[in-house]
Amino acid sequence: MHPFALERPRDLSAALAFRAQAGRNDAPAEYIAGGTDMVQLLQEHVRRPDRLVSLAGLLDARIEFGPHGLRLGAAATMAEVAAHATVIERFPVISEALLESASPQVRNQATMGGNLLQRTRCPYFRDIGYAACNKRAPGTGCAAIGGENRWHAVLGTSENCIAAHPSDLAVALVALDASVETRSASGQRSVALADFHRLPGDTPHIETALEPGEVIAAIVVPASPAARRSHYLKVRDRASFEFALVSAAVALDMDGPRIREARVALGGVGAKPWRVPQVEAALAGAGLDPATLRRAAAHAAEGAEGRGGNTFKIELMQRAIVRAVETAGGRA
Amino acid sequence: MIAAVIGKPVSRVDGRQKVTGGAAYAAEFNMPNVAHGSIVRSTVASGRITAIDSAAAEKAPGVIAVLTHRNAPRLAYRERHGMTDPSVGERLHVLQDDQVNHQGHPIALVIADTLEQASYAATLVRVSYAPQIGATDLGKVELVLPTQEQSDEGATPPPDRQRGDPEGALARAEVKVDNTYVIPRENHNPIEMHATIATWDGDYLTLWDKSQWVDGVADEIAAVFGIAAANIHVVSPFVGGAFGSGLRAWSHVTLTALGARVARRPVKIMLTRREMYYGAGYRPHTVQRVALGASREGRLVAIVHDAHHETSTYEEYTEALLNATRFLHSCPNVFTRDRLARLNVHTPTWMRAPGEVSGVFALECAMDELAVALNLDPVDLRLRNEPEQDEFKKLPFSSRSTRECYRTGAERFGWSRRNAEPRSMRDGRLLIGWGVATATYPANFRPASAMARLLPDGAAEVASAASDIGPGTWTSMTQVAADALGLPIERVKFTLGDNRLPRTPPQGGSMTMASVGSAVQAACRKAREEALARGGANDLAEAMRRIGEPVEASADSKPGDASQRFSMHAFGAVFAEVAVDPDLGETRVRRIVGAYGAGRIINPKTSRSQCIGGMIGGIGMALMEHSVVDPRNGRVTNANFAEYAAPVHADAPPVMDVTFVEEHDPNVNPLGVKGLGELPIVGVAAAIANAVFHATGKRIRELPITPDKLL
Repeated sequence: MHPFALERPRDLSAALAFRAQAGRNDAPAEYIAGGTDMVQLLQEHVRRPDRLVSLAGLLDARIEFGPHGLRLGAAATMAEVAAHATVIERFPVISEALLESASPQVRNQATMGGNLLQRTRCPYFRDIGYAACNKRAPGTGCAAIGGENRWHAVLGTSENCIAAHPSDLAVALVALDASVETRSASGQRSVALADFHRLPGDTPHIETALEPGEVIAAIVVPASPAARRSHYLKVRDRASFEFALVSAAVALDMDGPRIREARVALGGVGAKPWRVPQVEAALAGAGLDPATLRRAAAHAAEGAEGRGGNTFKIELMQRAIVRAVETAGGRA
Repeated sequence: MIAAVIGKPVSRVDGRQKVTGGAAYAAEFNMPNVAHGSIVRSTVASGRITAIDSAAAEKAPGVIAVLTHRNAPRLAYRERHGMTDPSVGERLHVLQDDQVNHQGHPIALVIADTLEQASYAATLVRVSYAPQIGATDLGKVELVLPTQEQSDEGATPPPDRQRGDPEGALARAEVKVDNTYVIPRENHNPIEMHATIATWDGDYLTLWDKSQWVDGVADEIAAVFGIAAANIHVVSPFVGGAFGSGLRAWSHVTLTALGARVARRPVKIMLTRREMYYGAGYRPHTVQRVALGASREGRLVAIVHDAHHETSTYEEYTEALLNATRFLHSCPNVFTRDRLARLNVHTPTWMRAPGEVSGVFALECAMDELAVALNLDPVDLRLRNEPEQDEFKKLPFSSRSTRECYRTGAERFGWSRRNAEPRSMRDGRLLIGWGVATATYPANFRPASAMARLLPDGAAEVASAASDIGPGTWTSMTQVAADALGLPIERVKFTLGDNRLPRTPPQGGSMTMASVGSAVQAACRKAREEALARGGANDLAEAMRRIGEPVEASADSKPGDASQRFSMHAFGAVFAEVAVDPDLGETRVRRIVGAYGAGRIINPKTSRSQCIGGMIGGIGMALMEHSVVDPRNGRVTNANFAEYAAPVHADAPPVMDVTFVEEHDPNVNPLGVKGLGELPIVGVAAAIANAVFHATGKRIRELPITPDKLL
């Protein structure tokens, strides 16, 4: 482990000040909250900060529901949010996405903010035995292209990076038009989750819209009829404790047997949590018959690019959408 | 009269210690002043080290020494091929030269005051290579026959074994199936990582090690360092799973001892999870063609089983891939061959039911394909091909309960309700499949020794150098000793895991109960007889009171000539039910029913646990386990617990039904046991793959059966 000093600031403004001088990624100073991902990355020498700035006790951990919807404090744990009665009742897709994530032990420790900022599972990123990784070491190339890429993205990739975004929670949130409240030394702002994660392009090491030193303070999710009738489907090799091969978050506003409005997002397939508006457009006004759903889901494949090991995801994600819409549509 | 405890479901005598944290594992034998080692490993599969700069590492805080091939002491590496080593080739030498022959090859050792300092300094060691073109793709190397050679423990079967005219009979067969089955590399992945602590006192070395064979560790390290094994004390009382990875003394044990010698203080090395994929063996990637020919009535007329698997460039690892094919089913014409693909990888090793589980997967899937081709029930097909004797060795089976296992298993599973038509059984939108396969594993028995000491107060201490990697050896040996001594189990204290105790074979090959158990029984009987004679009493407690001092006896047990007279194996039948989501391709196992003829069952509780563990291991093999090697360079891409999927609790089916059929086999060994470590994983992957075919109509011949293969 790279030697680091653990800073435990008294309040958030002190933490923001510590971190403000630092750069964007793999900076000399990094925040740590639940640490479930950060500690792995430190142990594997993937991240080498000189300072870790602890956010313990400095961020809001409350889960609140009000006129503007659901507000999840950044320090709320995955376990707390998953088990929250209002979340289960009004935003089932969020609870389901969390319960399908990680293990109970990890969920007890990991936070909302940290979940959105966890790094990709791309094995070439996580193994410093590979020199080439544009995300870990900008400009070195991408070992995943032409390598073992069953885990990798088929949407939103670039010639510089094909890593998939690992979060289940983020997929559910992007489907529900959630936004992120941030704090920094220069104040606070709100960023739509859809704009929060960045596509790799030429700069795969820049993963989010966060400015240096900025932290996630809360996640805000607007309430809607669709959110109540929502579902998270995750496909994977084993029954638990594994990242998604493919996942689908679906929220439906139904008008009798027909879909008034659908929100659909995909996980495991995108360089970022992947909303599919073209599928949503095709579902608007549609019934729940399999042929219609299948036709609508086919739009998800637009622009998808398989690299051999991950090509199956293009078909699987369409099937996942169909199943998730059927399941959500069948809910009262 | 003391009630016998053999055959009783005795709870683990070490259970409380384990669940309360009282059991000390290798890395937990902490002592003052222990330093920590971190191994620098190569990032090329083949080449030569042209430069190695350790200056920055040496200057890093807390660093005591950085050893490389430039400055490490020369080691003796005396010739030795132990029972668990490949008989052909030479083990990996570490820090002795500039050659790199596999990814993860140890090229430097950093020793520092703390683990964090050592692992950080290891990242500061700068290495330059002259890379060479390595062989890292199994599909692109020439296949070679293993060097035929006798091992020190008996005959290594020659690679080609043929009876009758297999190709001719296959060509003439009325019905035939001919396919290739692939098993990827799998890693053992025990929860406890390999760890060693070493400390020298002059020329005397103590090793606390995670091991399945303390005597093997002492012998190997003695040979490596050119010292006497008697000068090495190996301690390994508890092992957090191993599955075969602890059978050999790997290079990290050498490095720990070397580090301790240079640092002149105790040194500890615990491999990281990632290192476990580069330094502790694995089940090799195996490709097997199996062709079966049969008459229309379902009688086998030909079996061709032609396999190859990976091994390293420096050792020939071979396993019993083809053994079961030679005797499991009756067939007059059989060809078996196993060839090697020499790759720039570290040497594969024994992993639970090594050889048998892989070979039987291919054979029993092929049998299922043949049953489909014949339109026969797969159980019926096997019963029609029950051999009267071992047709390869031309010897009778000491006992063989396959018929009874099939009958019992089928009944408990409800097999008669199976609709043979694929895709015919459903539960809602899920496709249900039922599959079956045979299990078999040899009843091994090797020389072992034990000691029993009776105390004047009527208690007893019994000891043997054996290991307990989880099967419950602590407990079962206590049971055997209690019955042989005629004492209540509470009065018997059994000890293991220390090479100062009487010598045993490795805890592998399912031979511990047979070998060590027989020695324990013999030592206890001897001590009891001696005490009764000396004390002049019929009652042991009374005799010991009269004697007033400990009575000690040692005994050896060794196999007689039974193996010349009998073919000795355990058998079983395993039935699996799967549910497959036809849209999403997910397969989950709902039920496994296993019926086993494994001789005498010493402890039904720990035996059932062994079987459940084997079943879950088989689920992993069938559905998820796969060390994904990047063929471009030989690195294991998923060398961690997140991306290497092994079964979790949610994958364990709600029903795991275990039955031991009544079997009395006086020939296998004095206790009449056949061993259960390996048997219950054999056949499971085949039963599941066959069930997946029954559910979906898709025959997946390459493991693991993941969703992408079923879309």
